[in-house]
Amino acid sequence: MIAEAGLAALWLAAGLAALQFVLMVLSLRIQFDGARSMRSIAVVQGLLTLVAFAMLLIVFARSDMSVALVFENSSAVKPFIYKVAGAWGNHEGSMLMWVTILAIAGAFVALLAHRTSERTLVAALGAQAVLALGFYAFLLFASNPFARLWPAPPDGQGLNPLLQDPGLAFHPPTLYLGYVGLSVAFSLAVGALLTGEVDSRLARAMRPWVLGAWILLTLGITAGSYWAYYELGWGGYWFWDPVENASLMPWLAATALLHSINVLAARGALKAWTMMLAVIAFSMSMVGTFLVRSGILTSVHAFAIDPERGTFLLALLAIYVGAAFILFAVRGATLKEGAPFELVSRESGLVVNNLILSIVLGVVFVGTLYPLFVEAVSGEKLSVGAPYFNAVAGPLALILAALVGVGPLLAWRRERRPVFGQLTIPALLGTSALVITIVLWPGMHILPRLGFTVAAYLVAASILPLVNRNPFRAPLATWGMVVAHFGIAIALLGMAANAAFTSERLAIAKPGDTLTVGPWLVLLNDVTPTAGKNWTAVEAELRATRGANVVTLKPQTRYFSDPPAETNESAIRTFWNGQLYTVVGKPDASGAWQLRLWWKPFVTLIWAGGVLIALGGALALLGRLWRLFWRRRADADWHRERYA
Amino acid sequence: MKPKNQRLVLVVAAIVALIAAALLAMWGLRSQASYFYTPADIAAGKAHEGEGMRLGGMVERGSIRHLPDGVTIRFMVTDGKAQTPVVFRGIPPDLFREGSGAVAEGRLQNGTFIADTILAKHDERYMPPQLGNLSAEHKAGKTLEK
Repeated sequence: MIAEAGLAALWLAAGLAALQFVLMVLSLRIQFDGARSMRSIAVVQGLLTLVAFAMLLIVFARSDMSVALVFENSSAVKPFIYKVAGAWGNHEGSMLMWVTILAIAGAFVALLAHRTSERTLVAALGAQAVLALGFYAFLLFASNPFARLWPAPPDGQGLNPLLQDPGLAFHPPTLYLGYVGLSVAFSLAVGALLTGEVDSRLARAMRPWVLGAWILLTLGITAGSYWAYYELGWGGYWFWDPVENASLMPWLAATALLHSINVLAARGALKAWTMMLAVIAFSMSMVGTFLVRSGILTSVHAFAIDPERGTFLLALLAIYVGAAFILFAVRGATLKEGAPFELVSRESGLVVNNLILSIVLGVVFVGTLYPLFVEAVSGEKLSVGAPYFNAVAGPLALILAALVGVGPLLAWRRERRPVFGQLTIPALLGTSALVITIVLWPGMHILPRLGFTVAAYLVAASILPLVNRNPFRAPLATWGMVVAHFGIAIALLGMAANAAFTSERLAIAKPGDTLTVGPWLVLLNDVTPTAGKNWTAVEAELRATRGANVVTLKPQTRYFSDPPAETNESAIRTFWNGQLYTVVGKPDASGAWQLRLWWKPFVTLIWAGGVLIALGGALALLGRLWRLFWRRRADADWHRERYA
Repeated sequence: MKPKNQRLVLVVAAIVALIAAALLAMWGLRSQASYFYTPADIAAGKAHEGEGMRLGGMVERGSIRHLPDGVTIRFMVTDGKAQTPVVFRGIPPDLFREGSGAVAEGRLQNGTFIADTILAKHDERYMPPQLGNLSAEHKAGKTLEK
C-alpha cells in the first residue's frame, strides 16, 4: 500500500504541474489572473512529491522486498542508516529525490517571491512546472521507483559497499539541492525573458537562490572530494572523473552567475549575459544528471546501464536547453542596454571573471564530452584525464586566482583612484614565496610553484577590502566575499603543498618491520581478522612515530558478502601540518603485507578552503536575507504610518 | 564607452572567450588525450611506444606474478585474440582479480605495458562500457566463474 500511495502522489503531482503550465499560458495570453491559484498549486505539488519521497524512505526503512528497487539495492542485514540512505543511493530513488527538490523549490518560489512582478512570477512558475513535468514523466514512464516484485524475494541484493559510508547519506542530497536550486534561476530567467522584465529587481529575486545553490554545490563538491580521498584509498582528492566534472561544471557556471548577478542587481548592466548564464548553469546541472544517470560513463556512480533512460534524459535536456536558447535568441537582443561602465571598473573586473570562468567551463565541458563524441562518431575509444585538465584548466585557474585579488578593489562604473598601490604587500609576499620555492626546492614542478606564489599573494590581497575601512561596519556580504576569496587562497595552498611535498612509500612488511615515510617511522605491529555487521576484514595495526608523537592507525581490507566485494578502508590521522594516510593490501606467500603510506603536508587545507568558500557564501546570503527582512519591515512600518 | 559600443565590446569579448576555450581545448586534446587499446590493437601495431594510453581486457587466469620487491605485479591482459604483459607497482584496486575485467592506464615500453593506474570492475554489476564488447568467450568464462 505504501508504495502505491507514493506512486499515486507522483501522478497527482504530475497532473498539477500540467495544470500549472496551462494556467501560465492562460495568464500570459489572455486576461486571466492565474497567479494566486498557481501559487497554491505549486505548494501542493511540492507537498505531494514530499509524500512520495517519504513513502520511498518508509519502504526502504522497512526493507520491503516486494518493491523491486528495495530488493535490488538493499538487504535486511544492513545498518539502519544505510537502509534509509540506500533510498537515494540508486538511480530511481535519486531521480525521485531530484524531482522532489525541484517541486519543493517551486513551492518556495511561489511562497516567497514577492520582488518580481506578478507576470514574471507567473511565467517563472510555469517554466518550473514544465521542468518538473518532464522529470515526472521520466520517473513514471522510464524509472518507476515503486515497481513491485511478485512474489516478494526473502532478501535483497545489497548495496555497493563503496556506497555504505556516511558520505553517501550526505553527499548526493547536498549536490542535488545545489543542482536543483539552479532550476529556480533558470525558471526566473525564462520567465523574465518571456515578459521582458530583466532588471535589478529580478536579479535581487534570483540572487538568494543562486547563492544558496552555489553554497550547497561548493559543500557537495568539497565533501565528494574528501569522500573519494579516504574511501577509494588512492590518496588523491580530485580525479577529473566525468562524474566529478558533472558537479564541477554547474559550479563553474553558478560561480560566474553569482558574480554577474551582482552587476545586474547593483548597476542594471550585463542583462543578457546574466540571463544566459542562468540558463547555462541549470543546463549544466541537467548535463551532469544526464552523464551520471544515463550510465554512459565509466565510473563508480554510473550504476545503471540502460539506453532507454539515457535517451529519455537526453531528449529532456535537448528540449529544455534548446527552448531556453531559442527564447534567449529571440528575446535577448530586444533587452534594453544596461548602465554604462568604463574599462577600469568593478563591472569590467566581473566581466573578466566571467570570461575566464566560462573558458574554464568550456574546456572542462569539451574534455568531459569529447570521448563520448569521438566514440559515437568514429567508434574509436579514448580517455581524457588529469593530464589534459591540469594542463589546460590549471593555468587558467591560477590567472583567475591572481585576478581575484584585484577585482574587489575596483569601484563601480569607473575607477580613477590609484588602487593598485594597495597590492604592494601582497605582491611582495607572492614574490618571496616564488623566490623561496626556487631557492629551497629547485626541482619543484611549475604548477605547484606558481600555486604557492599566487596563494601567498592572495592570502593578503583577499582581505584588502576590509583593511581600508572599519571592518565591523562593512556589510555582511563584503565579509562573505572576503572569506570566500581567502578560502580560494587556502585551498590553493593545500593543493600546492600536496602536489609538491607528498611523500609516498609502497612496500611489503612483516609484523615487526619498520618503514619510513616523510618524517614518520611506521611499525607494523600485527595483522588481525575482525568483523562488522555485514563484513569481515583483516586489520593492520600500525604504530607511527615522529619525535615525541606516537599514534596508532588501523587500516583494513574489508570483504562484503552481498554483493561480494572488497574495499580498502584507509586509516588517516590528521595533524596540524598534514595527514598520515595508510592503506593495507594483500599478503604475499611469505606472510608479508603490502602497505601503502603517504605523508601529505597541509593537504587538509584543500577542504578547509572549500568550507571557507562555502562559509563566505553563507555570510553573503545571510547578509542579503537580513537586509531583505529589514527592508520589508521598514516598508510595512511605512505603510502602517501612512494608512493609519 | 557609449552604450552601443559597450554591448559590442561585450559580445566581442564573449566570442573571443569562446574561441579561446575551443583552441585551448583542441590543443589540450591533441597533446593529452589517451586512446583506449585492446591487446589485439597493440599486437597490430596501432599503439605507439611511450604515448599515454589505456589498455583494457581481461586479466588472464594464472598470470598474476609478484616480483621480488613484493609490491610490483606482472600479469597478462587478454582480449581473446592477443595478450599484452602489464607491470604495475602498487596496491591493485578492490576487485582486481584473475579472470575479471580491468583497464590499465600507462604507457608501452619495449612491448610491456607500464601501468600507472589500474581501474577494475567496481562491483558485480558495474563494468566499464569499454569492456562491454569483448569477445563472447571471455564473457562466458566470467559467467562460469560466478
